[in-house]
Amino acid sequence: MGTRIFGSGIRRREDPRLITGQAKYTDDMVLPGMVHLAMVRSPHAHARIVNIDTSAAEAMDGVIAVYTGEQVTLNPLPCAWLIPDSDLITPEHPAVAVEKVRYVGDAVALVVAETRYQAEDAADAVRVEYEVLPAVVNPEAATRAGAPQLHDDVPNNIAFRWVASSGDEGVEQAFAEADVVVKERIVQQRLIPTAMEPRSAFAQWNDAAEELTVWYTTQNPHIHRFVLSGVTGVPEHKLRVIAPEVGGGFGSKIPVYADEALTAWVAMQLNRPVKWTETRSENYQVTIHGRDHIEYVELAAKNDGTVTGIRGTVYAGLGGYLSTAGPGVPTILHGLMYSGAYTFPNIRCETIGVMTNTTPVDAYRGAGRPEATFLIERLMDKMAKALNMDPVELRRKNLIPPFENGHDVAIGLTYDSGNYEAALNKALEIVDYDALRREQAEARTKGRYIGIGVSTYSEICGLGPSQVAGAVGFQGGLWESAIIRVSPAGKVQAMIGASPHGQGEETTFAQLISDELGFPVEDIEIVHGDTNQTPMGWGTYGSRTTPVAGAALVLAARKLKEKARAMAAHLLEAAVEDIDYEDGKFFVKGSPDNAKTIQEITLMATVAWDLPEGMDPGMEESQFYDPPNFVYPFGAHIAVVEVDPETGIVKLKRYIAVDDCGPQINPVIVAGQVHGGIVQGIGQALFEGAVYDDNGQLLTGTMMDYTLPRADDFPNFELDHTVTPSPHHPAGIKGVGETGTIASTPTVYNAVIDALQPFGVEQIDMPLTPSRVWQAIQESSSNRGGD
Amino acid sequence: MNVSITINGTVYERDIEPRMLLVHFIREELGLTGTNIGCDTSQCGACTIHMDGRSLKSCTCLAVQADGREITTIEGLADGDNLHPMQEAFWDNHGLQCGYCTPGMIMASTAFLKDNPHPTEEEIRHALEGNFCRCTGYQNIVKSIKAASEKMGG
Repeated sequence: MGTRIFGSGIRRREDPRLITGQAKYTDDMVLPGMVHLAMVRSPHAHARIVNIDTSAAEAMDGVIAVYTGEQVTLNPLPCAWLIPDSDLITPEHPAVAVEKVRYVGDAVALVVAETRYQAEDAADAVRVEYEVLPAVVNPEAATRAGAPQLHDDVPNNIAFRWVASSGDEGVEQAFAEADVVVKERIVQQRLIPTAMEPRSAFAQWNDAAEELTVWYTTQNPHIHRFVLSGVTGVPEHKLRVIAPEVGGGFGSKIPVYADEALTAWVAMQLNRPVKWTETRSENYQVTIHGRDHIEYVELAAKNDGTVTGIRGTVYAGLGGYLSTAGPGVPTILHGLMYSGAYTFPNIRCETIGVMTNTTPVDAYRGAGRPEATFLIERLMDKMAKALNMDPVELRRKNLIPPFENGHDVAIGLTYDSGNYEAALNKALEIVDYDALRREQAEARTKGRYIGIGVSTYSEICGLGPSQVAGAVGFQGGLWESAIIRVSPAGKVQAMIGASPHGQGEETTFAQLISDELGFPVEDIEIVHGDTNQTPMGWGTYGSRTTPVAGAALVLAARKLKEKARAMAAHLLEAAVEDIDYEDGKFFVKGSPDNAKTIQEITLMATVAWDLPEGMDPGMEESQFYDPPNFVYPFGAHIAVVEVDPETGIVKLKRYIAVDDCGPQINPVIVAGQVHGGIVQGIGQALFEGAVYDDNGQLLTGTMMDYTLPRADDFPNFELDHTVTPSPHHPAGIKGVGETGTIASTPTVYNAVIDALQPFGVEQIDMPLTPSRVWQAIQESSSNRGGD
Repeated sequence: MNVSITINGTVYERDIEPRMLLVHFIREELGLTGTNIGCDTSQCGACTIHMDGRSLKSCTCLAVQADGREITTIEGLADGDNLHPMQEAFWDNHGLQCGYCTPGMIMASTAFLKDNPHPTEEEIRHALEGNFCRCTGYQNIVKSIKAASEKMGG
């Protein structure tokens, strides 16, 4: 038996082009005759457009055209997550503002010129007269009487109210009969996704053929073709969306934005290739933000530590317009995760979706689940303190016991598989928890403040059954498809509809095919990111590419394997059931020397001179896959921090992550996903936060002002894993793209609060910057009489 | 203005606008698109190149300031088909995911090793403070640079 390629940490196959500068991102594309598009954006968060004077801009060198919203003939941008059982209102979202602007960065005009410099110069020369209106940026304040109103058809700025409940009566009773109730007001601050590659679009219109091609920084080219067709009116079969190299997304390249559609529209007006690329400042103003909740949450328990109920009211900021999946994130992806890894019998989440004069909010890595996990884990720590229990023991008492094939939680989901305590125990062993607590106590006597945070989590990903998508109002399906095509000489191209952009599926999916069929990895190419070359798929987000597209690929490979087995039986003159397979060779049981290689079989199937009766020629199979359930990865994370009370500086000393995403195709790539996720989650806990002033100006509008995590903020993380296969995935695999982000924010937050116990600090709004930590210590000490 | 700039061993003479940034000269005038742009305030480091052997964020420099200088970009780092040890180390150690920050990371870290051929992990992390990565969490980038320093005789 050869080395199994599944589970091997081989080097990535996408890397050679990326480390040599040969990779082509959208902004790298060039075509003869191309022109450049720049946007004129509102400097005001809320204003009426009184007049736009484009004459000076039009007279400038190199300027080809200037358009205002009245001239643009695109259809409005759709909101595509129409959550049911709510009173959702979807206010119109024009591609270019015509009467009113609703956030800083809302486009009011567009300028096309021969060079980018000329386009930017002319954009500055467009004179726009505004009547400035009062703005509102806080989602809770926006619902109050007298708050500025963004949309005439959205009274009190409330786009929807949505409730998920295991049964209101039971929830009420749990809180009424609880021995202890702990409460918290949590500000889930706004985050800016900051994919390193800004958004870009490059459009080419072929007037004679009436064909539109758009190179597009997208996580989901097929969705973007579908929606762009609706917005531009170009039918789908004449519209090609290509995601070339895409430099990260983290959710920010899922939505449909005006800019890409406008780039396409201008190409159609001028019949010339048009390029638009946002600056980083535009990215921070216009590309979606994440989180932005104000939450009132509480947890009920008995004196023995049995949690009997959890509930919350969430004001979710949605921005000036509803982004593509905006309403679904703080509801379906949030409220339905209030059980976490625990056996909570009573659960209720009420979400109020609120329009504010800010950048639209949509899915950012984890999307709804980090917010849910944070509030659960925060409340668990608070409850442990109230009960005078160790936070680990409280968690252990309430963890869902191990299950291999389905566990129903009170809110209505069925988790696929889990063994939460095993992951927790492993993490505790790595860190030697008891010794660490002793070390903490000892350090305190010496005036050093060490904190320990422990989180156990379960999350929902691998989105998801299409029937569920429909039931929860998602305006699309969530299946994937794959085609595996083998050339006569035995080289493999596998086409997938999903669209990886850094996650490494060109490598891991080749490993899957190699493992199933025996072709060497170097003979397999994964083709993705072009709607004309790939079958339909709904894209790469929600940690779904390997759970869903990977499943389609495995099943397609298994179909090919059965065909190869039948062909081998024919060639070896044996019965199909007598054919064994190993390492790319098919042979009659017991006679491994008399074998046909997969390549030999492929050639004979392709020339088709002598096929078994009823067999079609060729070696190609396609497979659609609609998953029967979501997948639910889980794990336990532990952070050790030290806080300097003199400066408020938090130093992360150790970070342990034990995650379970089922069998790992490539453990090196899995670890990379976890590392990156942890840093983004800790970014929220310690560094990041989008800040608006009361006028709706984004104060953190550049990388100078928005604190991104840097290399010297972290130690090396200590990773381990357990393996609990998903019962329904054909290879048992769960997703892992978001686990780090989901688990690390509360883990580090709880560690900091734990460190500050001697000062009596119980709550600090994130991010836990030195000034906030220092301030909290001062206030708490003075409240206690200054000890 | 006329400039003459040597990039990856080739002399390029062009008549350009005085305000043109070096990164735009490299990308737009010469079509060397391996050097990426990730911000507009010189924080991210995606556009890092070498000028006369020192690392430089090419968005902080006007093309006219590079007149008469020698520039190396990511396209010029390998020796023909032989990858530079730093490129090899990033590949070996999964030091990249989406790859957008990678050219800048590789250019910044190769210049760093010239100044400090035997860096500690802490020194590597400190040296990377001008280069952002949003995918890797930096851990494997640090590992890559450490591996390259050892391979290069560090």
